[in-house]
Amino acid sequence: MRPILLHGHLRSLTKIRYNSDGDLLFSASKDNKPCVWYSANGERLGTFNGHNGTVWDLDVTHNSRYLLTGSADNTCKMWEVETGRCVYTWETRTAVRVVAFALGDEKALFVTDQTMGQPSTIHIVPIEADPEDQTSEVLRTIVITGPKITVAVWGNLNRSIITGHEDGSISEWNPDTGALVKSAKNHEKSITDIQFSSDKSHFMSSSKDHCANLTDTKTLKVMKSFVTERPVNSACLSPIRPHVVLGGGQDAMDVTTTSLKGNKFESRFYHAVFGDEIGRVKGHFGPINTLAFHPTGRSFSSGGEDGFIRVHHLDEDYFEFKYEEENFDDLPQM
Amino acid sequence: MPIDETTGKSKGYLFIEFETPAQAKAAVAAVDNYKFDSKHTLSANAFDDIETFATVPEEYIPPTIEPFQEKPHLRSWLKDELARDQWVVIKGDDTGIYWNNKSEQPDLVHTRKHWSDMYVQWSPKGSYLTTFHKQGVALWGGPEFEKIMRFPHANVKLIDYSPDEKYLVTWSHEPILMPNGEHHHVIVWDILSGRQLRSFPVSPAAMKTPDAKEKGPGSTVKIDWPMFKWSHDSKYIARMTPGMEGAISVYETPGMGLLDKKSIKVEGLKAFEWSPADNVLAYWTPEPEVGNIPARVTLIKVPTREILRTKNLFSVINVNFHWQSNGKYLLARVEKATTKIQRTHNLEIFRIKEKDVPVDIVELKPTENLTNAFWEPNGDRFALISLEGSAKINIHFYEMNAAATTTVGKKKDMTGQPSVSALLGGAKLLKTLDRKGINQVLWSPKGRIAVLAGVRAFQGDIEFWDTDDMTMLAAGEHYTCTDVEWDPTGRYLMSSVSWWRVQQDPGFQLWSCVGTQLAKQSVPQFKQILWRPRPPTPLTAEEIKQVKKNFKEYSKEFEVVDAKETNKLDKAVIEKRKALWAEWVSYRRRCHEDWMREAELRYEIVGYDRDVEVAVKEIEEYVDEVIDETEEIIGDAADDD
Repeated sequence: MRPILLHGHLRSLTKIRYNSDGDLLFSASKDNKPCVWYSANGERLGTFNGHNGTVWDLDVTHNSRYLLTGSADNTCKMWEVETGRCVYTWETRTAVRVVAFALGDEKALFVTDQTMGQPSTIHIVPIEADPEDQTSEVLRTIVITGPKITVAVWGNLNRSIITGHEDGSISEWNPDTGALVKSAKNHEKSITDIQFSSDKSHFMSSSKDHCANLTDTKTLKVMKSFVTERPVNSACLSPIRPHVVLGGGQDAMDVTTTSLKGNKFESRFYHAVFGDEIGRVKGHFGPINTLAFHPTGRSFSSGGEDGFIRVHHLDEDYFEFKYEEENFDDLPQM
Repeated sequence: MPIDETTGKSKGYLFIEFETPAQAKAAVAAVDNYKFDSKHTLSANAFDDIETFATVPEEYIPPTIEPFQEKPHLRSWLKDELARDQWVVIKGDDTGIYWNNKSEQPDLVHTRKHWSDMYVQWSPKGSYLTTFHKQGVALWGGPEFEKIMRFPHANVKLIDYSPDEKYLVTWSHEPILMPNGEHHHVIVWDILSGRQLRSFPVSPAAMKTPDAKEKGPGSTVKIDWPMFKWSHDSKYIARMTPGMEGAISVYETPGMGLLDKKSIKVEGLKAFEWSPADNVLAYWTPEPEVGNIPARVTLIKVPTREILRTKNLFSVINVNFHWQSNGKYLLARVEKATTKIQRTHNLEIFRIKEKDVPVDIVELKPTENLTNAFWEPNGDRFALISLEGSAKINIHFYEMNAAATTTVGKKKDMTGQPSVSALLGGAKLLKTLDRKGINQVLWSPKGRIAVLAGVRAFQGDIEFWDTDDMTMLAAGEHYTCTDVEWDPTGRYLMSSVSWWRVQQDPGFQLWSCVGTQLAKQSVPQFKQILWRPRPPTPLTAEEIKQVKKNFKEYSKEFEVVDAKETNKLDKAVIEKRKALWAEWVSYRRRCHEDWMREAELRYEIVGYDRDVEVAVKEIEEYVDEVIDETEEIIGDAADDD
């Protein structure tokens, strides 16, 4: 499997995301310009210019028309994907670390960071069908008093918001009342990523404590734990196979002490049910910061500290691989 | 002193009182049995002793015999059916002993938290595991690793076993004040009884104190350890006093008395080593400042003190001894000064078992700076590591030729003289390797295979070489590995990264003797791993030959056992997997039911039914791409005719 190398960012990647059809790949980086690429061949469509600081997170609407980005320049911007034009800007007091559209794209959340005396806060805003009508109205804010939020996602049918915190705990909030529904301390150190399965019944949470957990959404109970020797920065699930991918690496500071044999940073594939490691994909020159699976499950991408995005179209061997005890017909098709 | 009233002379005895019991004891020891003249001897006794003698009971009371306590079987692990070896591992606070299961998870034998304050060490034949504590050392053994014996020696830091595991030498930087005022650092113990046999002071010359500016509370002291060197049969233990008043003091076990009541005087003694197979000492002396005596290497027999061989050397700076494991050869690595700054190295190899101990000289290139030499166990080959220049590292493999002989042939050659043929002795250079990343050569305990490794400051390259034909079997690496060790049978090699030295990725890797990587484990806070040594085989050479002859039959048995093992393993794993898969399937089915139930709600939020596939229109577009355009000018029709 030959990966396609996307080199467009000057600094490390913070987030990559596929759109719902899978033909576009959006990337956010510490350089201020998010990019959008064709996932089939790696050709870049364009960049979104306007932010003045690290872009921490991005999300795209289901129809791929609008992109939402959150940045360290204390703004959250909405862009028209086709033209690259910024159609609305929300001003905030601190850096925006997380953005996410809700199911149906009628509302979105963004999380402002805990700095300069401001607490970590979730802002839920309405999204107008026509961005001309967009206002700075806020439906609800949820102020966090405990450890700050590092990751946040909308739960099933927008009934909940699942957040990951700096101390390794995962919480569920009610977006209508702002109340904390439940919390579970599934990790020992900061949560780095939460990615859902295609039906949002379970998710992968990755953490700096070298573990990634397959967790049930309803109960927040850990179903399976994958332990590595390095902090895990991102974890995702294959939509069509019971496989999970983990990506990580040491902190940027420790990179100089690793083996001189360069590109040893790898994404690791594990079997979600049996827990065995089934493969590794090498190639990055620095820790892997973000992973995303194509909605069809036929390819996946990784974004690294080295500024490269690697798009891997998986070989047939990978899809044919299965354990004796597995039987894919047992599983209901989504 | 009581005086007899009648004679006016003393009654012949007196009582003396001292300030401390230690002083009294010293006085008794000093004065007892002092002879005034042939007929008058002074005897001195402690007052308490006299009391004891006076109150001896009239009746004989036989001593109570304690009931027999069965001691644990110290060699139990050798009875393992699968002939596995054990190792001890320290990770974090846990110390555990495990069976080596090759690629599978090792089997735990025994584990304990905080077993040792520092590191652990095996006895040379593997019977005991030694742990260090503030109060002393403890020995553990047997199948359950019970405590066998304790030796109290405050703040003990280093230990050394006698080769037969009967005696233990311990050293602590904290001195023990003896009644005679000496400060003792070393104690020799009898292991089975736990008794202290003798303690020794350490001369200040042997304790190399650090520079004046480093001195202060808590400054470290460097010593050469083992300071007391054992002879191969554990009958003698020797240590040296270096320098002008140099001497080798040889003590006999178990009495720990100085052999012949005097040390072997060697003026200018620099270093000595026992032969690993005979009671022979090798030592060397440098050229003295004054006088015209050359530097000399001497071989001396113990206890006869007969000099076996001496060899004069010139312009010597340093000599290191490397004995071959059977005592067959002694390799002396000599560093010479050719000029004030330039140095060369050469080897003087003593053939111990030959008549008159001939010495072969192997010269090396003048630019090569020899750093170490390694003999093949039970073999005739050795490896050298040398530094050429500042970056090039060479590894040379040599094989000893048969001893030099000159034979007078029976046939007469053309001139009518008997033909004389001479076989050169010396060593044959097998191969030279140029490797930047190697600093150690580890021979397999069975010989033949040599592992080249770069440990500690190096990258952790590991190469396996077959020295029979000098081919490389395999090359691997264990990045930043700090230690590499063969198992006692020569079947496996263990490379490890100790957390004490490198905080990144501690753990170990297991290799087969031909270089296949069998297992790799990352263990957080992994500190130490040591193979358990084995005692030498009780089989005779004849019996070993028999085993080799019948090897085919034995291997059939082993193959059957191996096949059974793998089958068992597979079955367990398959069962487990089936269970996990069934669990997963039921979970997914439940989720799917929820999903289908929520379809209505989803439709409301999203505005369309996601599950209904939208008809996809495929549009095929043909794009003509102009690849190349060439213009050809065809001449005017008028020109043709």
